[in-house]
Amino acid sequence: MTAGALARTAPPDPGGRPGGRAVSVRVGPASARFRWRSVVVPLVAAAAVVLLGALSLGRGDYPIGLGDVLRTLAGAGTGGQAFVVLELRAPRTVVGALVGLALGLAGALFQTFARNPLASPDVLGITQGASVGAVAAIVLGGGTSTGALLGGLGVPLAALLGALVVGALLFVLAWRAGIDGYRLVLVGIALWSVAQALTDWLLTRAEVYDAAAAYVWITGSLNARTWDQAAPLALSLLVLVPLALAAGRVLGALQFGDDTARGLGVRLAAAQGAVVVVAVLLVATAVAAAGPIAFVALVVPQVAVRLTGGSRPPLLASGLLGAALVVGADLLTRTVLPQALPVGILTAAVGAPYLLWLLVRGRRTTA
Amino acid sequence: MTSTETAPVPAPAADRPVRLAAESVSLAYDDRVVVRDLDLSLTDGSFTAIVGPNGCGKSTLLRALGRLLRPQAGQVLLDGRSIARTPTREVARVLGLLPQTPLAPAGLTVADLVARGRHPHQSWLRQWSREDEAAVAEAMAWTDLGGLADRPVDELSGGQRQRAWISMALAQGTDLLLLDEPTTYLDLSHQIDVLELVTRLHAERGRTVVVVLHDLNLAARYAQRLVAMRDGVLVASGTPHEVLTERLLADVFDLEARVVPDPVAGTPMVVPVRRLPR
Repeated sequence: MTAGALARTAPPDPGGRPGGRAVSVRVGPASARFRWRSVVVPLVAAAAVVLLGALSLGRGDYPIGLGDVLRTLAGAGTGGQAFVVLELRAPRTVVGALVGLALGLAGALFQTFARNPLASPDVLGITQGASVGAVAAIVLGGGTSTGALLGGLGVPLAALLGALVVGALLFVLAWRAGIDGYRLVLVGIALWSVAQALTDWLLTRAEVYDAAAAYVWITGSLNARTWDQAAPLALSLLVLVPLALAAGRVLGALQFGDDTARGLGVRLAAAQGAVVVVAVLLVATAVAAAGPIAFVALVVPQVAVRLTGGSRPPLLASGLLGAALVVGADLLTRTVLPQALPVGILTAAVGAPYLLWLLVRGRRTTA
Repeated sequence: MTSTETAPVPAPAADRPVRLAAESVSLAYDDRVVVRDLDLSLTDGSFTAIVGPNGCGKSTLLRALGRLLRPQAGQVLLDGRSIARTPTREVARVLGLLPQTPLAPAGLTVADLVARGRHPHQSWLRQWSREDEAAVAEAMAWTDLGGLADRPVDELSGGQRQRAWISMALAQGTDLLLLDEPTTYLDLSHQIDVLELVTRLHAERGRTVVVVLHDLNLAARYAQRLVAMRDGVLVASGTPHEVLTERLLADVFDLEARVVPDPVAGTPMVVPVRRLPR
């Protein structure tokens, strides 16, 4: 019998598919199944984050070679190098990576849950909510009594508050004994418009210097980040990322229609509520740390699903690719371009064409 | 379960336990009452078809039987226990259901669709056990889907797609199976194909089957018991011979028709004459 005939008569392999052969792993009572591509893509993305991060740490007014950066990270650098790398530059890179991770994860959660690639935090108004809070704190700070209150909070906390308010409104207004994906997107677009109008109104009232500062914040920037931003972000992600990854199993069932999901034993309302809450918190913490870096949450999950194959954006790969995109875009703004631009400009400029390229050459007709 | 793998002899319905029952159930969407004070019990190993005109509430009843819709009054019992108070996951291990036009995410392959049927048996720790693997492989082989394993579900023909969904319900490994118009949008030969498959599930695997069907002749041929509904009320219930009478067709469907023996199966066959004024 030839090999071809053998392959044809072999029993169906339930794991085979465009995403590559599936591998089953069983250790004691634990078991899992994964595809090589869904392991390779996150590994490559993680390696890219480390490499881009190390390059990024070397760039600046006082350039440090890649070897010296790695030595410093390992604890063997000179005192001066350690200060520059660990105190001055590391927070920026760490914030960039964590923000990208959070946005990529949140985008994958929202898009899978709503069964709609448009359902990203940028479109749903959550990041615009953060902008309202931040811009209000910048523009009104010291002015009106509410402005003084927001100014007292500081820009990051005001942004966090804004994102959480919109997230809560989104949840409450979209909730009808569960959350329908289309309803979520429509409610989100409405909230987005309101938040956008509020931001514009605040900007028209602003002094020129305040308006410039507000504008930089709205674009999303990693400039002048310190461990004061990095530490709380890292702590909250320590809780949120495992929760998001744990949601992965139920997301597979939620992708079907509501009836099918419930038929598979999913407690629909609870599962939907949990996914939306985790996604909103991920976005809010990310935006509070670096501003609404555009497009990461929208593009990265779609890129990730096209790289791994399969029916939904992979969570881990989306997060790590998000981190790679933000760190890489930040590196680009500081090396290739004549002046340091806010990173948010480049994430959109780099991410969008890449998605278009994947769309044009891909087999997938729909998202 | 008393049934064996090959040619079980169905015990008289009265001797078999009731698996699923509706007790004076009233069902409504918001304020619109769709089903009123309905009683129905389904015994182990039975094959029941629910028939009735459009909008009579048959799909709504099926959703309530499958715990997708909470009754406004009355209750649904699964193995004697209120289904509303049984955890969703537990229900999903006993009762599988196939909605009318199930939604498959783009890019999902047939093999993955069938594998998702194992969801109620899995946990964080136990994501892909040997039982899962065996159940999926068996369901695929049983529904003759081996050659389509790697094909995306959204690229299949209607008949193949329905086969894949039934395979997923089979992999779920539930004793009870509720199907909402599984033959919609299929041509006649694929309708027969799907109903033959369901019949084999019933006869060879001892599944208790409830199916909502539009085609009376096919319902009479494949189901052991017909339940006829109109305006949210159960009008008749019994064997196809008992239910499919010219009188009932006039009462339930406003249809003047002749009922003759199906030349192939001997079951009653409806030959329509004309629509009667209500």
